[in-house]
Amino acid sequence: MKFGILINEGPFTHQASDSAYHFAKAALEKGHEVPRVFFYFDGVNNANKLSEPQSDDRNLVKLWGDLAKEKKIDLVVCVAAALRRGIKEEILAEGFRISGLGQLIELGMGTDRTVTFGD
Amino acid sequence: MSDSLEYEFDIAGVKKNFMFVNRKAPHGSVYALEILEMILISAAFEQHAVIAFIDDGVFQIKKGQNAKSIGMKNFLPTYGVVEMEKEDADEDEDIDMVWRIVVDEDSMKARGLDEDDFSIDVEVMNSDQLKTLMNQQDVVISA
Repeated sequence: MKFGILINEGPFTHQASDSAYHFAKAALEKGHEVPRVFFYFDGVNNANKLSEPQSDDRNLVKLWGDLAKEKKIDLVVCVAAALRRGIKEEILAEGFRISGLGQLIELGMGTDRTVTFGD
Repeated sequence: MSDSLEYEFDIAGVKKNFMFVNRKAPHGSVYALEILEMILISAAFEQHAVIAFIDDGVFQIKKGQNAKSIGMKNFLPTYGVVEMEKEDADEDEDIDMVWRIVVDEDSMKARGLDEDDFSIDVEVMNSDQLKTLMNQQDVVISA
């Protein structure tokens, strides 16, 4: 099955991004596809390469980037939501790209299931 | 930037049922405004859409709001645009798109509101009807 993932919350304050990450990994391990993850609302903060958690904690920004590279996942950050929160090209982490909300509607149209992780 | 990958979906001719579920009050968080931006974009793809208001979300379309007094952006007029998109889709035979604007009756009543309190035309539904409608959707996005 083809899963599209929508993440609506940033790392640390909410579990959404962690849960989405584990969901994506589990789905891929079971042989499903996760072609795109879309980051919206505070979810755009998952793409901030300046995020630097303590060394004994998980680094979600990097985890997403690494998973995307390994499994070829398209990580899309909504431009309008990103600009509001100061997420711009110059601080965009590896593996992410900034684009429009149309990419989310396409995700809904082009996958079998859209799974939202939010509050 | 860098080596991000751009995935191409094959969406030619795809027509799906989207549902946008508004659960939060209009101000105090940005959920209401940002979900409205989603709704407007979906029109460009001519997808069927249900725009639902439940819980405190029913306040989003309440008449007579004065967002300015709390220093917030007043996006209620933009719901007028959503209503126009719906009317265009209903009237223009060339647009293969059905939009519905629905309000959860229990949420509305619990907050002392009735149908006349809204700035746009809505269908008021009980929770069983809403459940049935939700089950018919392909993509449900809620915030």
